[in-house]
Amino acid sequence: MKELLYVAITVMVFVVIFQIAKASEYVSVLKGEEKTRKQNNKINGFLFITFLILGLFGAWYCNELYYGKTLFPQGSASVEGEKIDLMLYITIAVTGVVFVITQVLLFWFAFKYQESDTKKAYYFPHNTKLELLWTTVPAIFLTILVVFGLKFWFKITGDAPKEAIVVEITGHQFAWDMRYPGSDGKLGKKNYKLYNNPSGNTLGVDFEDPESWDDLHTTEMHLPLGKPVKLVINAMDVIHDVGLPHFRMKMDAVPGIPTTLWFTPKYTTAEMKKRTGNPNFVYEISCDQICGKGHFSMRGIITVESEADYNKWLASQKPEYFTLFPSKNPLKKESVETDSTTSTKPMAQLTKNP
Amino acid sequence: MSTAILNETAQHEVHGEAHHEHHHQETFLTKYIFSQDHKMIAKQFLVTGIIWAFIGGLFSVVFRLQLADPNATYPFLEDFLGHWAKGGKLQPEFYYALVTMHGTILVFFVLTAGLSGTFANFLIPLQIGARDMASPLLNMLSYWFFFLASIIMLSSLFVQTGPASGGWTIYPPLSALGEASQGSKIGMDLWLVSMAMFIVSSLLGGLNYITTILNMRTKGMSMTRMPLTIWALFFTAVLGVLSFPVLLSGAILLLFDRNLGTSFYLSDIVVAGKIMPNEGGSAILFQHLFWFLGHPEVYIILLPAMGMSSEILSVNSRKPIFGYMAMVGSLFAITILAFLVWAHHMFVTGLNPFLGSVFVLLTLLIAVPSAIKVFNWLTTLWRGNIRFTPAMMFAIGFVSLFISGGLTGIFLGNSALDIHLHDTYFVIAHFHIVMGVASFFGLFAGVYHWYPKMFGRYLNNTLSYIHFWITIVGAYLIFWPMHYEGLAGMPRRYYDFSNWESFKNFGGLNQFISIIAMLVFAAQILFIINFFYSIWKGRKVTTLNPWNANTLEWTTPIRPGHGNWPGDIPEVHRWPYDYAKDGKDFIPQDVPVGDDESKH
Repeated sequence: MKELLYVAITVMVFVVIFQIAKASEYVSVLKGEEKTRKQNNKINGFLFITFLILGLFGAWYCNELYYGKTLFPQGSASVEGEKIDLMLYITIAVTGVVFVITQVLLFWFAFKYQESDTKKAYYFPHNTKLELLWTTVPAIFLTILVVFGLKFWFKITGDAPKEAIVVEITGHQFAWDMRYPGSDGKLGKKNYKLYNNPSGNTLGVDFEDPESWDDLHTTEMHLPLGKPVKLVINAMDVIHDVGLPHFRMKMDAVPGIPTTLWFTPKYTTAEMKKRTGNPNFVYEISCDQICGKGHFSMRGIITVESEADYNKWLASQKPEYFTLFPSKNPLKKESVETDSTTSTKPMAQLTKNP
Repeated sequence: MSTAILNETAQHEVHGEAHHEHHHQETFLTKYIFSQDHKMIAKQFLVTGIIWAFIGGLFSVVFRLQLADPNATYPFLEDFLGHWAKGGKLQPEFYYALVTMHGTILVFFVLTAGLSGTFANFLIPLQIGARDMASPLLNMLSYWFFFLASIIMLSSLFVQTGPASGGWTIYPPLSALGEASQGSKIGMDLWLVSMAMFIVSSLLGGLNYITTILNMRTKGMSMTRMPLTIWALFFTAVLGVLSFPVLLSGAILLLFDRNLGTSFYLSDIVVAGKIMPNEGGSAILFQHLFWFLGHPEVYIILLPAMGMSSEILSVNSRKPIFGYMAMVGSLFAITILAFLVWAHHMFVTGLNPFLGSVFVLLTLLIAVPSAIKVFNWLTTLWRGNIRFTPAMMFAIGFVSLFISGGLTGIFLGNSALDIHLHDTYFVIAHFHIVMGVASFFGLFAGVYHWYPKMFGRYLNNTLSYIHFWITIVGAYLIFWPMHYEGLAGMPRRYYDFSNWESFKNFGGLNQFISIIAMLVFAAQILFIINFFYSIWKGRKVTTLNPWNANTLEWTTPIRPGHGNWPGDIPEVHRWPYDYAKDGKDFIPQDVPVGDDESKH
């Protein structure tokens, strides 16, 4: 019933507007079309200048309302992202000036040069000097933007530092999985054909490869503060995208074509809670490439913490190999034979006798 | 010599035309349905486009309901949509289907076919002085392939698994694998077949437009005397003819991957627990093929709006367009550059950073011809004597939106910034303003300006002004704040943001945007009412040249028949922008140059 009422009201509004419009047409015939036209011209000229003023005020007000909600007041949470923030500010400055000048000229001209009987339009078909001016000036400004932009772009997309921690992140419908290389610092090989859900090998890890035996498989990402981290990005099924808005980073996850990105976290999660004033703050991984019906729920969490906490967390994780094949867990057996060796020793022995 | 021959054929046609009219009346079927008159075909494109625009717009209103309040239920939705809106709540699959169809419909069916199809058909013969298109038959087929594409796309809405739902860019593997998404089942095949038909339509049309412009201009109508509308429509057709076939090939390969077991785009995939046998393909290859059309497509949509706005700004400022040659040159530059920037949609696909840098440079280069156009439009207004006809209002609105949306392109085209902004609401704001709303403004400007020529009647002025003001204010209210959502990293194509710590504090804004979107949609209904009511009941046009314009279409009778001019086609003696020259308000193109006339 309520809906019918809404429909009736909407129809009524349309009918009223339509009738007014029709009536105004009759009025214009009575008043004389020339007179009505001039009157309309005045009204619309005035509305244009009002629109300009209210619009510029509205743009300022919108900024007041929402700038605080963007991620920019807190600054980038990664060292590399600072360059992107700087680039943004440079671009806003340049385009902002152009925006205000051109919009003001557009609506001001519309208002000022509206039809009048006392004026005549000025025959002004071209002027080479003017045209050269507004070819070269934009070209100069754009060159500046391109130079800055590409400088930052090559820095950000360049090779990751050698000491960077490597974490593999794999997207699938509709979640993220991480893999840490373990104590040997190397990720084991993968092959999608080895995917086996019942056994739990959901990433298709090649457990014939000894480098995979100490790899950790987690659903959360932990990162140490201040150390460069390189993400190796994979997808199982369709294209996903690792979006890290706080770190200003983004890279597609493409099945069959691994991609990478790297950055250096600047603030721990705890620090960000203070900076944002939001006790629930978490670094989120958003999927930024439509990937199916659960696209919007493909959320991952990154915890940035001190190196000590990070190492503690790593130590608390159990290698996937031992979870999937408990019988192969060498730590028990080996510890009986050699108790005073380093922790990598049992792995080395296993390499010889898989 | 060629002009002489053309004139001869023209003479011949005049005769043939008179002969034709004398002997047999056109039937309803040949006049309104299978018409070969370019003016009727234009109207067919326009009306079909309006119907599609209504459907596409309605879809956006429905999915904006979901974004306004993800927890609300609307029982009436279930009445209309059935299991797609179980319990009055739009289901995610159907949300994505609506988003996908909204994009597909508006980009291709409305702003390509509806805009180019209408105005290229209507204006090219009338403004260059031709009796019809080079091939009226191909022209008719162009519409009917579009109609066929429309029917197939429409039918995909009614299949059980729903229409395509992988976004209008239909990236595989999502669009290639039925296991990955409901919408990638039969709905996707229908989408691809419909697009193939659409591309055929677009090619038939485009070839015809190019041939007509190059070969059938009346005597004296040299290329540099063509109105800017014709230049813009010419470059649009060139863009379409050179880029649409690439999408066609991309779509056919995708059909093969879907149905014949090939692996053009597929490799290393485990979907829904199933290990796929496909090996060796590249998902990124499709994106290259898609955007090789996809980017020129943006200009296919935008150039006609630019051309018509140039014409309308000049006519209603009562001043020549400023820098005609620079306007043509910048259209040409945009056309060339449009082919060389496609990978700026792919900065974060793992593209080689060096290759990316080349695309940054080429992308930002487009800003130069765009800046030239903007400043030339501003100078056209300067010291004019401006009449605010509804068409003029929309043309001014077009310039404003083109500035706003064009400038945010400088953000996205710069790869370093694109890393953060890619696939966020910033992108939505950018392309809706610059290509969506701006092109719509061009379309509206064109409809308001040439309506008297199309139907011999005027639209209601009051409704037109209401339509303009609600639309421009509403468009800015909807899309301006979206830039802020984008800066916050809010991703596109999310059904629900409420579980996201980073994005959930824009709830109030999303609600506001949805309400404004509904108001703007209502204003478009006003336009549609005005449009159809005025065809039969509008005030009749009583003068040949209601806007005092220079171009040739206003030398035809108020309601021109098939063949456009009852007698000879007028000869052209000057460019179309002799306004305010030598103290005369306007000098039409067919007026011979006087001895005492000054040169410009």
